[in-house]
Amino acid sequence: MRPAENATGASGGTATQALTVDARGVSLTFHSRDGEVEALSNIDLQISDGDFVSFIGPSGCGKTTLLRIIADLQRPTAGTILINGVTPEQARLGRHYGYIFQAPALYPWRTIERNVALPLEIMGFDAKERRKRVERYLKLVNLSGFERKFPWQLSGGMQQRASIARALSFDPELLLMDEPFGALDEIVRDHLNEQLLRLWGQTGKTVVFVTHSIPEAVFLSTKIVVMSPRPGRIIDIIACDFPRDRTLEIRETPEFMKIAQRVRSGLRSGHSYDE
Amino acid sequence: MTSSALVLPRAAWRPAWMTERAPVLVIVAILMVLWYLAAILMNAPLVRDAFERNETKYTVSELIARTLDAERPIVPAPHQVAEGLFDSIFGYPLDSPRNLAYHAWVTLSATLVGFALGAVFGIVLAVLIVHVRTLEKSLLPWVICSQMVPILAIAPIVIVVLGAVGIRGLLPKSIISAYLCFFPVTIGMVKGLSSPDPIQLDLMRTWSANKLQVFWKLRWPSSIPFLFASLKVAVTISLVGAIVGELPTGAQAGIGARLLTGSYYGQTVQIWAALIAAAVMAATMVGIVDVVGKWTERRMGAPT
Repeated sequence: MRPAENATGASGGTATQALTVDARGVSLTFHSRDGEVEALSNIDLQISDGDFVSFIGPSGCGKTTLLRIIADLQRPTAGTILINGVTPEQARLGRHYGYIFQAPALYPWRTIERNVALPLEIMGFDAKERRKRVERYLKLVNLSGFERKFPWQLSGGMQQRASIARALSFDPELLLMDEPFGALDEIVRDHLNEQLLRLWGQTGKTVVFVTHSIPEAVFLSTKIVVMSPRPGRIIDIIACDFPRDRTLEIRETPEFMKIAQRVRSGLRSGHSYDE
Repeated sequence: MTSSALVLPRAAWRPAWMTERAPVLVIVAILMVLWYLAAILMNAPLVRDAFERNETKYTVSELIARTLDAERPIVPAPHQVAEGLFDSIFGYPLDSPRNLAYHAWVTLSATLVGFALGAVFGIVLAVLIVHVRTLEKSLLPWVICSQMVPILAIAPIVIVVLGAVGIRGLLPKSIISAYLCFFPVTIGMVKGLSSPDPIQLDLMRTWSANKLQVFWKLRWPSSIPFLFASLKVAVTISLVGAIVGELPTGAQAGIGARLLTGSYYGQTVQIWAALIAAAVMAATMVGIVDVVGKWTERRMGAPT
């Protein structure tokens, strides 16, 4: 089932350069009071530079955990994982990625511009550079004019856009997005999906995107990773090669339906495996 | 149009001050009535005894009138306390030991120093407890124990020990006051400094922020509402601490001294006047902390 296109580069330092994420045999077992829970089991995954990869699966399948391992917010108990050829910790310290959570998690006492500037402050950018970048990235997410507003004065979708601007502000090569539009209604979500695609086209970043919406995954991705719970594992990797500047209309095409169907059957097989 | 007319609040035609203040005024009026009733009932036996000793005849209205202007009543009436307050504040020069304002200032200065000491100590303790895991287990129980010991037992010890090394006057009182008031600050700030969302902390980690940055850019601003809530409690307690600190030495000045001399000489009006002065001081300080807190939170973007 697994496409072989990224199976190369298993050895040799130069070959791994093109891989943004290279996970081999990654497992994570939680030790809880009720015993051991295998959150991830033997994950092999390669993500190339510039890819848009979605993790899809029911809750509890470990998709968020895998994202957190890439971000060095959690450590695997077995296996190796490299981000841009270095360990997740080095990647984090080197500020290789921006992380966008389910909730915007803006700091309520900071205005939008100061929220976007926060990582820049922490990373030691000077005031002039901060201003320049805040302006550029707020414009990129269509929030110009809201610089002086506090988060509670913005809608949920606008807040999430501000959090995307914040993640982009220090120009990381990799964007990790954990169900960023999960809490928004479908109309706003469609709109933001289109904006995200445009943004991805403009910046050429690698995106890893966690979702449980099949249309969202198929619409956005170049590659869909279907996962299944207990233990969390990959059951299918589907290439999704629509043109990069796709529009919402592709959702009506037979190709789209076919891929969505394959994702759905993958999810179903993963679930029946469980019972 | 009709629907908007329907949702108009019923009280809209009343002046704003009425709807806001009316409940407060009603309570004050009820308290006043109860106070007068208490004064009459509590003082009546004394007055009746006095009448009977002199073998004078008296009517009920005479009895009531006397209960409300007795010289050393058991419960002085509100107007007597008000009179006592007015006389003792405006009847003497400001630096006279007979002036209540002078005593109030002595206590207030000790209170403010104690409050400042206690608040800083409380915050520092909370910062340590939040950042050093082992301290939470080892220090917090002692912090709680410190408040179980009756302050009346500790106050004389502090005064005597500090007096022996030559520290007298304001500082021992302030230390007792700080000892009482650091507690709510520590408890509130431990909660406040641990109040950031896990997501907000994770974000800091993805940016590789160091501990100092996490503290100043996340933990401290998150704790501000908790800080002002606990400071409001602390400021009243610090006043109690300062007054208690004046009792064991039989201090010459301060609200505590007024309470002591008042009770020695049966000057109930003086005691009540001192109590009212203390209450007014406490309410004012709480009010100031509240205003500063609201102003700070508004500047930090709180919805108004």
